Amino acid sequence: MSAALIAAVEQDQLKSNLPVLHVGDTVDVHVRIIEGSKERIQVFNGVIIKMQGKGLTATVTVRRIVANEGVERTLPLHSPKIAKIEVKRRGDTRRAKLYYLRDRVGKKRRLRDKRRGLDALTKQEVAATEQQQAAEAAAASASEEKPGDE
Amino acid sequence: MASKVDDIPQTGILGRKVGMTRLFNEDGTDQPVTVIQAGPCVITQVKNEETDGYDAIQLGFEDVKGRNSTFPVIGHDAKAGTTPKRFHREVRLDAAGEHELGGTVTVADLKDVPYVDVVGTSKGKGFQGSMKRHNFKGQEASHGVERKHRSPGSVGGRSSNLGTGKPKKGIRMSGHMGDERVTLRNLPVVKIDEERNLIMVKGPVPGANGSLLFLRTARRLWKRKVAIVNAS
Repeated sequence: MSAALIAAVEQDQLKSNLPVLHVGDTVDVHVRIIEGSKERIQVFNGVIIKMQGKGLTATVTVRRIVANEGVERTLPLHSPKIAKIEVKRRGDTRRAKLYYLRDRVGKKRRLRDKRRGLDALTKQEVAATEQQQAAEAAAASASEEKPGDE
Repeated sequence: MASKVDDIPQTGILGRKVGMTRLFNEDGTDQPVTVIQAGPCVITQVKNEETDGYDAIQLGFEDVKGRNSTFPVIGHDAKAGTTPKRFHREVRLDAAGEHELGGTVTVADLKDVPYVDVVGTSKGKGFQGSMKRHNFKGQEASHGVERKHRSPGSVGGRSSNLGTGKPKKGIRMSGHMGDERVTLRNLPVVKIDEERNLIMVKGPVPGANGSLLFLRTARRLWKRKVAIVNAS
């Protein structure tokens, strides 16, 4: 029961428009940055080496190379600071955590493109978009009803 | 000087810890929160200065089957016109007289309360050594220390123990840790969900998920928080 209550609390804050993400994917993360009164968007491009948590507390760790130096950012997926996540490539991996990439230099850093399990992946994506559309439809009908109530 | 702190409604409520999560603010920062399912509580007794020597209300929380309760409890709660309750706790209030016997207290009553004290029972840790229980440093890893790396060291000599033949009272040693009453003061109330009887408090609170918690309006606010309340 308690898990259901927590889920209900988190429900309002969960994003419905997240893409299907997997460890090994190369992604563009659009991060909102507020400087004084101005807001701009910075794109952080890299490989997901770790996914952790579930529900509202889910995070991904994205690794990229900046000026020959490895940079990792752990980003809460449902944070309002994350404007958008785009999947650029699907990498082929055999592990859940790609810490070994930290020790790789040069070409070895690259992951093979995903070939195995592509069918399952497409199914997941289709399911996700359907769910998203259903959520949007529900939200639309709810917003339609509201003015009627008042 | 009139302070807004005096206008904060004094109240209390009983609840159960649900678990922890995080809530995002609009600016993207986030807060760790503990979700507590609190109330509705029934006022099972109103105490006053004349008859009881002090002003307080007694809250009853969570229904219990009659056969699992006792006649004294059933009778006591029946006086307030309610079914027997599992837990009863008192909240000392100067304005206890304003409350009615049999009235209810819900999370909605804490709407204007910015800070609460949370009382709970900490998780039991069993019999623990002095390093875990009292943060002692233990002994060195080497330099001739043998089989005593986590021992507490000296408990005093003849002079400090006054020749009584035993250590002073209250010397910190290994023993049972946890499973005791813990009060956390002045925790910010982040959000209240009246529909589901939920109250969200910033940060962790004592006890396991599902354990009983007692919340009351913060008794003594720290200076910084008084300033925040006055500025709001």
